[in-house]
Amino acid sequence: MQLDDLYRRVIMDHYKNPRNKGKFEDGGVTVDLNNPTCGDRISLQLKIEDGIVKDARFSGEGCSISMSSASMMTEAVKGRTYEEALDMANRFSLLMQGESVDFDDYDYEDIEALSGVCKFPARIKCATLAWNALKKGIDEE
Amino acid sequence: MNAELIKEQFPILNQEINGHPLVYLDSAATAQKPRAVLDALKHYYEFDNANVHRGVHTLGSRATDAYEGAREKVAKFIGAAHTKEVIFTRGTTTALNLVASSYGPSAVKSGDEIVITPMEHHSNLIPWQQLALRTGATLKYIPLQPDGSIALDEVEKIITDKTRIVATAYVSNVLGVVNPVKEIAAIAHKHGAVMVVDGAQSTPHMKVDVQSLDCDFYAFSGHKMCGPTGIGVLYGKKHLLEAMEPIEFGGEMIDDVGLHESTWKELPWKFEGGTPIIAGAVGLAAAIDFLQEIGLDEIHRHETKLAAYAIGRLSEIEGITIYGPREREVGLVTFNLDDVHPHDVATVLDASGIAIRAGHHCCQPLMRWLEASATARASLYIYNTEQDIDRLAEALIQTKEYFA
Repeated sequence: MQLDDLYRRVIMDHYKNPRNKGKFEDGGVTVDLNNPTCGDRISLQLKIEDGIVKDARFSGEGCSISMSSASMMTEAVKGRTYEEALDMANRFSLLMQGESVDFDDYDYEDIEALSGVCKFPARIKCATLAWNALKKGIDEE
Repeated sequence: MNAELIKEQFPILNQEINGHPLVYLDSAATAQKPRAVLDALKHYYEFDNANVHRGVHTLGSRATDAYEGAREKVAKFIGAAHTKEVIFTRGTTTALNLVASSYGPSAVKSGDEIVITPMEHHSNLIPWQQLALRTGATLKYIPLQPDGSIALDEVEKIITDKTRIVATAYVSNVLGVVNPVKEIAAIAHKHGAVMVVDGAQSTPHMKVDVQSLDCDFYAFSGHKMCGPTGIGVLYGKKHLLEAMEPIEFGGEMIDDVGLHESTWKELPWKFEGGTPIIAGAVGLAAAIDFLQEIGLDEIHRHETKLAAYAIGRLSEIEGITIYGPREREVGLVTFNLDDVHPHDVATVLDASGIAIRAGHHCCQPLMRWLEASATARASLYIYNTEQDIDRLAEALIQTKEYFA
């Protein structure tokens, strides 16, 4: 088992310098999601206007995988239509199942650094927490 | 006792995980099983398996003898006054729920009080929370001291004449404290309340005598004491159990069934509806033999010594927080490393073949009290050695470096 497959430099960078961390005051939809088996929690805020994710912020507590994944997810979906955001969420699910998918056409390759998570079954739910919150947020909107 | 020799009796421990010899430090979650227990299960299924209390045939008698023999063994092991005070359940959770669901509603009404502590495992918290919600009783908490222990003067203040049930863990699965359950039971009794003890983390590690503790109910699991999963015990004082109604109905538990009414068997069978956990009981009996051969006092001494060694070694690591009192009798150390989430700690340790637990340990209220969203926990048992602790300490230092 290679730890470096899991903890790539890009992941540690997002963990230590999370993007879009915090909250906006005005409007938007808020999704609070827990991972009851381990205690990770995320609060995701989405501002969706005219079918486009205008802004996304998150706050929460969790391990490097869950928090870096949240950072990447918010960065990835900002400015995307919700169809594109859902497409990315679906590709991320496939990535976690060990399938070879890329995010080239979205010009956001950081996410692919999380592909190693699929070799650590106990950690997949950490990586998917933020994306599940995204899907729930889009559903609610 | 020689932990190295004991370790050799656990086949599972003789393997490599991720290229390193396995160091198993998660026995508070579940303990590993010695060959003697595995052999007892195999023997039961290969030679004695049948349903109990019904067959006339030889195998039926053998299975019944094995099952009821296990009950007698458990009764002696915990110092019960009568064998019929031992009810087999699926585990501690089921045992505590049985008390809350059967004894609870008959004893607790609106305005009464149930007293527990913030350190309880969810299985000794939610059943009482539910009972309070259903009956309109008040759920009160004995406040913890800054080091996580319980002070008896606080217990005196919280328990009142309105208190009907007091429930606490004997040993905390997070803080490693041994609670003064005998003294708490005496205070509860002074006010006419019953004392329920969650013995999941005490029974595997120290000599327990339910009559000396004078607790009214005592629950524990087989799998944390080298027995199989799926078997546990509820001990209850005879007069309390006799007055309680069963909560599961079906085969095995009846005396006479009519079209509109039925009557129940006597204790303990009225609480054991359905085909009981026969093989589980056989495995538990083998586990009790195994532990008694080593000696519970000897096990306790080994763990106290190892815990002191672990706390000493881990305290040397810069940026570590150890939760609970520094002096402890049980081999359980909960901790966090600065700036590394416990899940990441557990993953990095697993890459070195070291199994620990990370998360909230089914103690969310206690995590909030500790102001930690999650913690890492290394828990020790008879097969752990100082070398295991050394491996843990070294791997934790590497983890810090990896995340620096």
